Amino acid sequence: MAKVLMKGNEAIGEAAIRAGCRYFFGYPITPQTELPEYMSVRLPQVGGVFLQAESEIGAINMVYGASGSGARAMTASSSPGIALKQEGISYICAARLPCVIVNIVRGGPGLGGIQPAQSDYFQATRGGGNGDYRLLVFAPASLQETIEIVEGSFELSEKYRVPVLIVGDGMIGQMMEPIDFGEAPMQESPEKSWATTGTGGSREPNIINSLYLDPAMLEQVNISLDHTYKEIEANEQRAEEIGIQDADVVVVAYGMTARIAKKAIEESQAEGYKVGLIRPITLWPYPFASFEKINPNAKGILCVEMSMGQMIDDVKIAANGRWKTSFYGRAGGMVPEPDEIKNEIIKIIKGES
Amino acid sequence: MAKGSVAFDETYCKGCALCIQFCAKGVIELDTKRLTPKGYHPAVAVNNDECTGCENCSLMCPDSAITVFKE
Amino acid sequence: MEILYQRSKGLTDTPLHYCPGCTHGIVHKLVAECLCELGVLGDTIGVAPVGCSVLAYNYFNCDMHEASHGRAPAVATGIKRVQPEKVVFTYQGDGDLASIGTNEIVHAAHRGEKITTIFINNAIYGMTGGQMAPTTLIGQKTTTSQSGRSEEHSGKPLRVCEMLATIDGAKYIERVSVDKPLNARRAKRAILRAFETQLEGKGFSLVEVLSTCPTNWGLDPSESLDWLRENMIPYYPLGNYKNWE
Repeated sequence: MAKVLMKGNEAIGEAAIRAGCRYFFGYPITPQTELPEYMSVRLPQVGGVFLQAESEIGAINMVYGASGSGARAMTASSSPGIALKQEGISYICAARLPCVIVNIVRGGPGLGGIQPAQSDYFQATRGGGNGDYRLLVFAPASLQETIEIVEGSFELSEKYRVPVLIVGDGMIGQMMEPIDFGEAPMQESPEKSWATTGTGGSREPNIINSLYLDPAMLEQVNISLDHTYKEIEANEQRAEEIGIQDADVVVVAYGMTARIAKKAIEESQAEGYKVGLIRPITLWPYPFASFEKINPNAKGILCVEMSMGQMIDDVKIAANGRWKTSFYGRAGGMVPEPDEIKNEIIKIIKGES
Repeated sequence: MAKGSVAFDETYCKGCALCIQFCAKGVIELDTKRLTPKGYHPAVAVNNDECTGCENCSLMCPDSAITVFKE
Repeated sequence: MEILYQRSKGLTDTPLHYCPGCTHGIVHKLVAECLCELGVLGDTIGVAPVGCSVLAYNYFNCDMHEASHGRAPAVATGIKRVQPEKVVFTYQGDGDLASIGTNEIVHAAHRGEKITTIFINNAIYGMTGGQMAPTTLIGQKTTTSQSGRSEEHSGKPLRVCEMLATIDGAKYIERVSVDKPLNARRAKRAILRAFETQLEGKGFSLVEVLSTCPTNWGLDPSESLDWLRENMIPYYPLGNYKNWE
């Protein structure tokens, strides 16, 4: 198939439809609004349903109902809207339902701004909702990668019965890039014997639930969830690694920040410095395995984010004291320039950082 | 008058006595000498001869503990 | 001997956890009987709320979802949009529907969602131990209005049927009571009509059932029915507020 030029938010919608998503429950918020707009046009064309909910809380609970009833369902929002969805996300995790959630991140806290940011890393990976739960969190860095992740996310979510959260800093939603849609992804869901489709009078009722008043039973639910999370940690870590085995400095950055960092790394390499990159594609599970391949004698790891420092916590956990870690970030919708990152790299190499 | 009778499932009865209140014929009493497995004095039919099968007791029983028969 | 009445097949065998004399059980039974009489039990998906009836998913003998507090109409919307041929209902109390869940119920009605809501109004928060609800009457003592609800401080009680009846998408709205057999029979007829409204694809339907909370009202089951009749019905008039026919 020939490449097509699409805006990120629309490409996400098309990829979801190609993956068999037929139910989208949304609410307007910048900078993700083109996604519900696109779905409102496209879903009826393929026999699906787009519904504009009364709120983000309404939308996530519609996803909870639709997914529990057996459908491939999706919602999207931007940072403050994702904050509102946290209650529903916690319930969906507890009830072991699959779904796909997209966060086109804008600067915060509070109402913040509408420019790109990466300040929802804690929200995405630590959970804004209550209880011991995890989401499978992806952070694509290009539109091609975004659609491939979206297309695979429904199957993955159904395999583990864990929601997938796709985090795109605002640029992923707003920019246009050429995309090759390629082969259509798998649209068939596994049999969902747990779904509420009506008993038909021929089976015991199915119950979608997250309440366990017996603490021993609730502990078992948590243990069962934890088994799934450990399986995901073992199987699903994804990262791009460039030249980390012999690097003097390794930059760790995700999403669009990693693309900017790549430019800084290329310029540093042109000046003779050995600089590598780890670009986490999954934010949870965090790609700890990649850090095991870093040159043991590297001078340091530089974490670059469009935030005041959130992923740096995971970088420190991954480094585990073996390398010096430092951080460079811009916030509030300000985007780091390659030169700023290069300066930080050189500081580490010269021992000034 | 039609002739009915009532029976109580003590798995469900909580002795709330609403059946007694809405029986016009005085068919039902609480058995204060006994406790159900849940610890309530169960409703029992003491005067089934008077039961008309009106179903007011079963309608107002919150715990669906009552079966009504027609003789 | 012919059986005139027996426990509805629309209920599971699980004993209800409600306090003795609590009218939740009467309403559960009426809903279960209606689903059976309409022949749709196997095609029904119910949504339980947060509150005393949180465990309703253990009692209705059909597929069930447990929703977060107030969100049952949104959850039901998601289910109904996926399963438009199925019967979808929510069962919600007054804290759930009339306080935290006003947004969800208003917009489910406003979209004309083809779902049915059974709304239990007992003028108090039951499960958390008797706090003031939006439906608590003026002067009524609760653990958060210990001198009695005052209009100046907390406003007047919210009348849900009257509010929802102003919404076009709401096609059947009725307030009933289960304080005596006659009213309980009327309540069942209203619940049947509400489900028929859904089955005929007309739009949103809701039946508000005035109910008791003997434990938190501090009255015995019989006194509670009297209190409902004497205090609630005058403020919350029984009757039909919207009918598509």
